[in-house]
Amino acid sequence: MPEGATVQKIAVQVKVNGKSYSREVEARMLLVEFLREACDLTGTHVGCDTTYCGACTVLLNNLAVKSCTMFAVQADGSEITTVEGLEKDGQLHPIQKAFGDAYGLQCGYCTPGLMLSTFQLLAENPEPDEKEIRKAIAGNTCRCTGYMNIFKAVQLAGQNMKGA
Amino acid sequence: MLGQLGEGAKLLAGGQSLIPLLKLRFASPAHLVDLNFITDTSFIKEEGGALRFGAMTRHAEIEHSDLARKISVLHDCAAGIADVQVRNRGTIGGSLAEADPSGDWANALITLDTTVHCLGPNGARKVALKDFILDAYTTVLGHDELVTEVEVEIPPKGSGGAYIAFKRAAPVYPTASTAVQLTMDGEVCKDAAIALGCVGLTAIRASEAEAALRGKSLNDTTITAAAEAARAAADPHPDMRGSADYKRELAAALVKRAIHIALRRARGEQVEGTHLYA
Repeated sequence: MPEGATVQKIAVQVKVNGKSYSREVEARMLLVEFLREACDLTGTHVGCDTTYCGACTVLLNNLAVKSCTMFAVQADGSEITTVEGLEKDGQLHPIQKAFGDAYGLQCGYCTPGLMLSTFQLLAENPEPDEKEIRKAIAGNTCRCTGYMNIFKAVQLAGQNMKGA
Repeated sequence: MLGQLGEGAKLLAGGQSLIPLLKLRFASPAHLVDLNFITDTSFIKEEGGALRFGAMTRHAEIEHSDLARKISVLHDCAAGIADVQVRNRGTIGGSLAEADPSGDWANALITLDTTVHCLGPNGARKVALKDFILDAYTTVLGHDELVTEVEVEIPPKGSGGAYIAFKRAAPVYPTASTAVQLTMDGEVCKDAAIALGCVGLTAIRASEAEAALRGKSLNDTTITAAAEAARAAADPHPDMRGSADYKRELAAALVKRAIHIALRRARGEQVEGTHLYA
């Protein structure tokens, strides 16, 4: 871009966790930057920023996506769920509770992304076996746990949600 | 619009290859034109003995489609691309137009009778997939042209296929991949199509491996001959995923495995195909 040129901003309106956000942003802004910097929702993490690690996973119209691999302007008119949207009325979501109860996290950096991948999985398949869980969270990297407790947490979350 | 923007414009479909390339500065288009807001570009239909996929049909939609299961190679491919998040965004048309040497769709579809429907200011044209991809990241598409649809003939009865990719982890590109389509007449292989992915600048049709099976009855000797021919056809670059010799070895092993799955499927068996991880 030539020096001194003004950057054109584009209006984006999205619903995040049920609340409407209208912002004017540069076309190049990534969705994860939009959520963190324009909406102050910092629960969604930037991990690798190369479409690998899944720390930035959010739900876009109920489907898990890597928010570092789409532009904010592409989300215009969409409904987004981030980790901040899981808790309701001060009560942890069954997925959040299960990750704690089953020790499915250590440092917690990957956890928001993992919980949203889990959300899509359990919405489609409330009683996944280990093979199905592995496939569903294959796009989320955890460098602490070794994954075994995460598998347990996902299964526990499924059981808790069925009972709820 | 592409005509007005000129050659500096690039089309954005699912973005799962293009956005990472932009971040690496491997591509720096002056304009990005987002195709995601165009309606009726995502569909799966059966028509006249073929399956037709809208260019913006997501991998996940193909993975979960009962229609797409009519061609095993398509289901195997769609269900194994990267991870859930990428499959929710990435598109079949985008994958072909990007023509990444490690992309999955071109390799899977080249073993089938696949036609790419293109549209530009001079009208529509249909290009056979084998003529569509010219080189790494290079297709016959003009800068003002796009893919609208991918059409795949349903193989005849007695035909079975398999697609397997070998990956170090789900989100990465495969180290090597193979697609096999076998049409059987009793014990004899009437026709064979074998393709190798990630071991050349484009998907490679291993014609000598195909010849090793065609007209023969399939047993350990003929299948090993086909795998060896595939090893010779592979032309891999050494990189962080492995040495050239390792990738040739891997391609041969994958071909062998895929032939066995394709053969069982040609006989009507249900076999769950799966991508392999290191």
